[in-house]
Formats: sequence, C-alpha cells, structure tokens
Amino acid sequence: MKIRLSRERVRGDFVKKVEMISGQDLLQCYQCGKCSAGCPAAFEMDILPSHVIRLAQMGQEEELAQANSYWICFSCQTCTVRCPRGVDIAKIMEALRLVTLRQKNRNKVEATGLPPELLAELPQIAIVSSLRKLSG
Amino acid sequence: MKPRIGVFVCHCGLNIAASVEVSEVVKAIKDYPGVVHAQDYIYMCSDPGQNLVRKAIREHNLTGLVMSNCSPSLHERTFRNLAKSEGLNPYLVEVANIREYCSWPHQGDKETATKKALTIIKATIERVKRNQALTPLVVPLQKRVLVLGGGVAGMQTALDIAEGGYPVTILEKQAYLGGRVRQLDHTFVTMEKAKDLAGEMIDRTLAQPNIEVLTTAQIEGISGYVGNFEVQIRRQSDWVDPEKCNGCEACIKACPVEVPSTFDRGLVMRKAIDWTPGARPGEKRVFLDHQACVRVTRQESCTACQEVCDQGAITYPEDEQITQMYGAIVVATGHDLYRKSALTEYATDPDVLDALQFERLLSEDGPTGGKVLRPSDGKEPKEVVFVQCAGSRDPDKHFPYCSKICCMYTCKEARRYKEKVPDGQAYVFFIDVRSTGKGYEEFVKESVQKERLLYLKGKVSKIARQGDKLLVLGGDTITGHRVEIEADLVVLAMATVPSPGAKELARLLNVNTDPYGFIQEAHPKLAPVETLTAGIYLAGTSQAPKDIPHAIYQASGAASKILSLFSRKELIHEPLVAHVDTEICAGCGYCHDNCAYQAVSVDPILKKAVVNEALCEGCGACATACPSGAIQVKNLDSKQVFDMISVVTKDYALRP
Ligand SMILES: Cc1cc2nc3c(=O)[nH]c(=O)nc-3n(C[C@H](O)[C@H](O)[C@H](O)COP(=O)(O)OP(=O)(O)OC[C@H]3O[C@@H](n4cnc5c(N)ncnc54)[C@H](O)[C@@H]3O)c2cc1C
Ligand code: SF4
Ligand code: SF4
Repeated sequence: MKIRLSRERVRGDFVKKVEMISGQDLLQCYQCGKCSAGCPAAFEMDILPSHVIRLAQMGQEEELAQANSYWICFSCQTCTVRCPRGVDIAKIMEALRLVTLRQKNRNKVEATGLPPELLAELPQIAIVSSLRKLSG
Repeated sequence: MKPRIGVFVCHCGLNIAASVEVSEVVKAIKDYPGVVHAQDYIYMCSDPGQNLVRKAIREHNLTGLVMSNCSPSLHERTFRNLAKSEGLNPYLVEVANIREYCSWPHQGDKETATKKALTIIKATIERVKRNQALTPLVVPLQKRVLVLGGGVAGMQTALDIAEGGYPVTILEKQAYLGGRVRQLDHTFVTMEKAKDLAGEMIDRTLAQPNIEVLTTAQIEGISGYVGNFEVQIRRQSDWVDPEKCNGCEACIKACPVEVPSTFDRGLVMRKAIDWTPGARPGEKRVFLDHQACVRVTRQESCTACQEVCDQGAITYPEDEQITQMYGAIVVATGHDLYRKSALTEYATDPDVLDALQFERLLSEDGPTGGKVLRPSDGKEPKEVVFVQCAGSRDPDKHFPYCSKICCMYTCKEARRYKEKVPDGQAYVFFIDVRSTGKGYEEFVKESVQKERLLYLKGKVSKIARQGDKLLVLGGDTITGHRVEIEADLVVLAMATVPSPGAKELARLLNVNTDPYGFIQEAHPKLAPVETLTAGIYLAGTSQAPKDIPHAIYQASGAASKILSLFSRKELIHEPLVAHVDTEICAGCGYCHDNCAYQAVSVDPILKKAVVNEALCEGCGACATACPSGAIQVKNLDSKQVFDMISVVTKDYALRP
C-alpha cells in the first residue's frame, strides 16, 4: 500500500485525539516489536500491536479503522508491562476503540443484537465489561 | 677467541615437548662444535628458567646464546635483555624457533620434529658464531612538531604538545583555523554553538606562545625520518594587508571573477577577492583567494582590485618558501562530504542540499543569516525530508562503510530546523539509527519527542521535481508501506569522505591510505594514532569519519605519543642495519632501487652506496639485489646464511 505523508496528517486531529485519550506520546515508541512478540491475542489480529502504533504515528486513520486488532485486544496489558519505553499500549488500544466508536458512530457490540441463549449463558460481569469496552 | 656457546631448549610446557624429544636434542647438541653448555627446562622464560640461563652465562663464561624456544617476536627481547644485564652483548643472542616452525606443524610426528629441531638449532649455532657484538644507534631528535590541518583535531594536538613545552607549527590550507566546525551551526549532543566551541579553541591556539600558525600554507616536500624530518612549506602570501584594508568593498565590486563560495558550499557566489571568515568565528576580512584569481589561474596580469583600492592595501608578493626541521608530524587534514551529483536518483535540484549546505542555512553567519529559506525561491520550507546513508553503506555503487556521524547530525539538523520553523514537519529516512556515544541515544529520543520528528525506516528511492514541490518516494519497511512525501526541501546526509588531496599528501609523506583515501593507521586496535612510518601520527577525520569528541580523543592520543617520544634525549635505533664494504661496491645502485625505506643512496662523487642507518629497517632487500655482495645486513650476512644452509643440506641431503 502507498501512503502519503504530510504535516497535516502526522500532526492531525486523529493523532492528537489518540494521544489525548490514551495519555501516551505515540513517538515514545521506537518500534522494537516487543509488544507484538508477547501479545497473547496477536495471532488473531490482522495488524500487529506494534504496527498499530506505527500506523498511528503516521496518522493512518483509515487503515486503522479497518483493523480488527484493538477489538480483539484482551486488555490484558502484557504489552504495557513489557514495553521498554514505558508505552501503555493497552491504553492506546482503548483510545483507538473509543475514537472509532465515537467517530464512526457505531458500536462493535449491540446489546440488543445478542442472542437470548448467549445472554442466558454468559456471566453478567462479562456482558457488562464487553459492552463497556466495545460500545460507544 | 674460540666460541663458547650455550644452548637452552625450552619445553614450553607440552607445546614443544609433546612433539620434540627435548632430552635427545640436548644430548645430541652438547658435543656440537662451539657448544660448551646445553640444558633444557620446562619454561625458559619463567623466572627460574631465566635464572638457569644467567647462572650458565656466568659459570661457563658464554660468548653466545642459542635460545631454542618460541618465536623471536615473543621472547627475543626477554633473552637479549637478560644477556645485557649479565654483561653479554645482546646481539650475541639468537632464537632458534622450534615451536611455530617445528613442534606445532609436526604434532604427532616425534621423529620428524626432533630431527628438525636439531637442524634448526645447529643452523642457529652457526649463525651465532659469526654474530658481532653491536651497540644500538643513537639518532638525534628535533623536538618540534608539524601539524597538518588546523581543524579541531589539529588544534587539540598542537595545544597538548605546546602545553608540554615543545614548539608546534600548524599548517592550514584555508585562510582560517577551525576546519569543518567553522561551517557548522550547533553541535550535538550539548547543542552548543559550533562558533563558541571552535572560537574557544582558536583563541587558545592563537594565544599559545609555542604554537606557530601558518594559514594558506601547505607542505611541498619532505625528506628524512623520525626525529629528523626536513620539510618544505609553501605559504601563499596575503595579497590584502588587513592593517590597511578598511572594508570599503571597492575591490569586490571591481573584481571580474566570480566563483562558488567554498565556505558556504556553493550556496552563493563570491568574487576572487571577497569577504572570508576571519581568524576568529564572527570575524570576517577581505581576502584574495589565489585559487580563484586570474593572476594565478590564467597567469594574467589583472590589477583591477589594486587599482580601485585607495588605501593601498593590495599588493601581489610572491609566495613564501619555508624549510624547517621537525621531529614528528601529525596528519589532521580532515574530511569532506561525498558529492551529491553522484546520487543521480536524488536529482540535481537546488532544493536538494547536502548536510553541510543545510548547516550553512542554519548558521547565523550563513548566506540567509540563519533563516531556513530554500534556495530555489527563498520561501520557508514547511515539509523537510532528511535522507540518511546517502552513499554510505552502499557497497554496490558508492561506499561500503558507515559514515558514523550522519545519524547524529541529521537528528540535530532536524531538531534545529524545527526550532526555527515550529510549524514545519521534519521526516528522517533511515536504515538504522546509530547513536552510540555518551548521551547520544537520549539525545535522539528527546529530539524525536520534543520536535515531533517522524523517523521512517527505509531508503529513499527517488526524488523528483513536481511543480514547486519535491516528490520523495520512500518506504516504511516496518509496516511494509510505500511512502510519498511532497517536500519543500530535502537534506542528504552524504557519505563522509577524506578531504581533497588526501591521497596525494599520503604519497608525499610515504604513509598508506585505505581504499577510500583515509589515512591508514598502523594497527586498527593497538596503534590507532600512528602510521606505519615512524614519526608520522594521525588525528581526527583524516583517519576515518568521526565526531568532535572522538577527533579530540585521537588528537590527544597522538599528542601523548609525541610527548613520550620527546621525553627521550635522543632516539635509539636497532643496529641490525645494512653495511657497505666500499672496497667491493661498484656503485651500481641496485640496492637503492630495491630499498623500500629510501635508506640507501649512491654517493655521486665517490660512486659508492651509502646507508642511512636511521632509516634502514634491516630487511635485507639490498643484500639480495647486490651483484657483488658488497652490501650486507649486520648479523645476517651472506656467510652466515650460507653456513646455515650448509647445516640444513647436510641433514636433509637429497643424495646422501
Ligand atoms: C554536516 C556535518 C555536521 C556535523 N555536526 C557535528 C556535530 O554536531 N557534533 C560533532 O561532534 N561533530 C559533527 N560533525 C563532525 C565534525 O565536523 C568533525 O568531527 C570535525 O570537523 C573533525 O575535525 P578534524 O580536525 O578532524 O577535521 P576538519 O574539521 O575537516 O579539519 C581539517 C582541516 O585540515 C585542513 N586541511 C585539509 N587538507 C590540508 C592540507 N593538505 N594541508 C593543510 N591543511 C589541510 C582543512 O582545511 C581543515 O581546516 C559534523 C560533520 C558534518 C559533515
Ligand atoms: S514494546 Fe513499546 S517500544 Fe516496543 S514496539 Fe511495542 S510500544 Fe513500541
Ligand atoms: S551514521 Fe547513520 S546515516 Fe550515517 S552511514 Fe552510518 S547508519 Fe547511515
């Protein structure tokens, strides 16, 4: 894929918002890949956690909007604990979820869309946390 | 006097003894003609081993020693010093190498190894029989140093030596001291102004009474050797008298010649007579550049400047020729950047600059007064792309080496750009960021975050003009995306190369260069400030790319080597040199043609070869070339060589 970089893009609203919500400086990351190497959910992600950060550094909003990575993220914080530069990647994942949910004005999980059988089986706490995490 | 030789056979633990039957060797050699004592020991170089040798010298009144052990490069000196302390001339001691030449290559074959060891020892006995007692040569030492190049490295060496009390001459090609640092804006990682850094050093150099500074001067010829170099210097005379010049600029307007300014790296033009950096940073003076003036380039008799000068400041005196003796020389001739035009894919566009040109744009004394304005239209660039490794680490087309300093100065330049243009964006294309000095990694991290520098991993493939933008085609190999940037200005971190003329200078000084023209050090680890030519030292970027701190380390290293050389009263040289029998010499000069050290010449009147013992390394090339055997190396003359060969041919006769 070809991307065009400009100062509007790399210092644009998207980057600012992700940094503001997560409280993280995206340029703190030097792309060592340790987060991706240890992520227990990475095998299911289409874009690795470190690449998610990289795309965010470059302001690649559209490509990130298509990614499944931050939806799959368990928020287990393995990456955050291990990052040598002290980047809280889990918070960045959370920020990306929020930006996507709010900006695209859509929920990843619709409470009303859940089948009753599933609702009957799932523990309540799991349902609540899932809705907190995956809906706007 | 009949020879009384002692033979000492070392076991070297099992290194020798496992392959050579040492006791048999001792038994066999005991009665060899000339030998009065033979003995073996497990480690002859150990204290008890050496004591055995000492005792034997005294008890048997030995006149020569054959030390049968490891290579002479290890312990020849040990045993020669031992002999000396026992009153035996050290040059009557020779090593029979029965380890590297015998026990090691013949491991597991005791019969062969033992026989060979015996032959090597016998041959060495024959050699020692004809050895002469020699005394080391004493060579006078001129305690004066010549430093070539007045950059930070040259100045540091000069200051250290001058503060040690010895006179130093700095020869600087340009009209001012300071070298490249004069062209820089700020310096990583302290972000100290280059002007202040260079200025402080220049002030100290000019104020140091033991330092003589010769600007617009170069070396023209050299002869001699360590301690005694005779050097011819040519100094361009100053055609503008600074005392009389009032800076009215009439001459500048009158001068018909325009050339690109070397100080501003071609960003602006200058007249042959024009403003030039003065002695100290911040100062400037009117200076007539001989290399640009038609009086020199075309031998014309133009006097346009002289005619308009109402102060009578301009005259055209001849160059000055100086001859001076020096004991040591330091090469500190510095570096340059590879020419941009070699990277054709990056276009020859006025808005594609090399890193030094960008330093000039950043500098307050530069052509834009320190404002970042692009050359094509004078606009402030908002999107600036920096390209690292431009020509470096490119073994296929340019240079295989890493230029070492560009990662750091690129980061610094990008940071300075953002300080000057806060609403701009800087991008840095890199393949690695090598930030290996003290505080360097921290500097890069801080700069990236503070100035929002976007580092992109990948080499730029093409830069093309598109209207008033430069289209930069690069990539981000981390995510595997191709990247396009419409840039206003591109800065190339061109490979670091030696300063112009370095190869010619090396040839003149008889020192080696590496394949790229940097001066070759004597040993990359153990002798990094020396060349293979005794008395010639190295400092700074003339040897390899390096930043200011590393240039200073090396400069002080070279200075301390010279101070240690000068701490002696005179120089001592090995007496194992060539010697001419003038009765036989016919003056043919073959010896002269074969000497790699220019140590033999033929006296034009006497027609006899003459050896300069201080230069002779005793290699013997002359002796093998001499048709009459008139020139011989002391303690390895042809009689000794033939005696040794006789031993070998007797022991290993093809037809018994
Ligand atoms: C773009 C750029 C930015 C840099 N930024 C930094 C930085 O921020 N921090 C840092 O630490 N380093 C920096 N460096 C590196 C720094 O410039 C060098 O480390 C330093 O200049 C080395 O000093 P030197 O004396 O060895 O050589 P030079 O500075 O090259 O000086 C050599 C001198 O020898 C003279 N000379 C050459 N040939 C002859 C001859 N035949 N006879 C007489 N004189 C001769 C030259 O005119 C020159 O004055 C930078 C380099 C570049 C290219
Ligand atoms: S571990 Fe930290 S520094 Fe390394 S890639 Fe992940 S976020 Fe970046
Ligand atoms: S110092 Fe950095 S930019 Fe320069 S050649 Fe080495 S890796 Fe490339």
